[in-house]
Amino acid sequence: MRKRLAFITLLLLTLTGAGFSLADDRSDEPASQQNRDQADTPFSVMMKVITHKRCMNCHPAGDQPRQGADSHLHNFNVQRGADGHGIAALQCSTCHQPENNDFSGVPGAPHWHLAPRSMAWEGMSRTEIARSILNPENNGGKTLEETVKHMTEDDLVLWAFEPGVDDEGNLREKPPVSEEDFIAAVKAWAAAGAVIPEE
Amino acid sequence: MSTTFTLNGKSVTVQADENSPLLWAIRDELNLKGTKFGCGKAACGACTLHVNGNAVRSCSYAIKFAAGKEITTIEGLSPGDELHPVQQAWMEEIVPQCGYCQPGFMMATAAMLEQIPNPTDEDIDNNIVNVCRCATYYRMRKAIHRAAEIKSQTT
Repeated sequence: MRKRLAFITLLLLTLTGAGFSLADDRSDEPASQQNRDQADTPFSVMMKVITHKRCMNCHPAGDQPRQGADSHLHNFNVQRGADGHGIAALQCSTCHQPENNDFSGVPGAPHWHLAPRSMAWEGMSRTEIARSILNPENNGGKTLEETVKHMTEDDLVLWAFEPGVDDEGNLREKPPVSEEDFIAAVKAWAAAGAVIPEE
Repeated sequence: MSTTFTLNGKSVTVQADENSPLLWAIRDELNLKGTKFGCGKAACGACTLHVNGNAVRSCSYAIKFAAGKEITTIEGLSPGDELHPVQQAWMEEIVPQCGYCQPGFMMATAAMLEQIPNPTDEDIDNNIVNVCRCATYYRMRKAIHRAAEIKSQTT
């Protein structure tokens, strides 16, 4: 009898616990739905690309680019130089050409160079990055229209979506958004007023 | 595909796949063996030559980009019988050990001296990043300073 009572009690408790769980799941749904909505905004889609290592590696805060999946400092003590193209005998173009090189694994795109210090994104939040992108003092004096053109048409920017293979023949990781979706997101964000959400 | 460029002052035309590394055209088609293959991934600098006066690692430079450009290899660093200041200094300081990496180092040095005529040790550290497994670096440093001295005397 006691055993039966204990079993029923245990069963009831279990069912009650599951019920609470289900209730918790249902109360989570609005939040997760909210997160999904946030994740799909043009701003969020755009920032998923901009904060990816394919972009961040060449927008450093210091005077050396970063490289690789772990964003380590670029090998060989490569330096920014006076104009972001490297130094006398070690320019970016010493190794990087206008196209990816599948033989050596060296990535390439037209005018390969570091973003200027004013466009450093390393260590910044996504809203700080967005504010910097829109600031003519940081972005080389670009208007919003020019900024959109740069982000959606510049060969070096769009290299992120065709980053080629590394020195072991492995494909470099691409941003989590397609080129087409990134371009659409940038244009949609700008068309809606380039609003930067509060975070 | 046919690619025409100037090599050590002479016009040459090479038949090769347009994406073939310039290094192989230089060595195999044009028979200039001074430029070396070291790593094939632009990491060691043994393949360094000049493209329009700038140091370039030819193992990672598709031949199609050489079209119409002036390419200089170690064989053409100094025209005629005169030694380039870098070559002279390298001999004076007896830099080479096995010698394999030396052409790349000399080409990188020559490119640097065109832009930094009197380099400091820090300039050398930052600009000359080729790899030497025989560790002749300390002799190279002396030779680079000597080459800068010779160059200043002859210009």
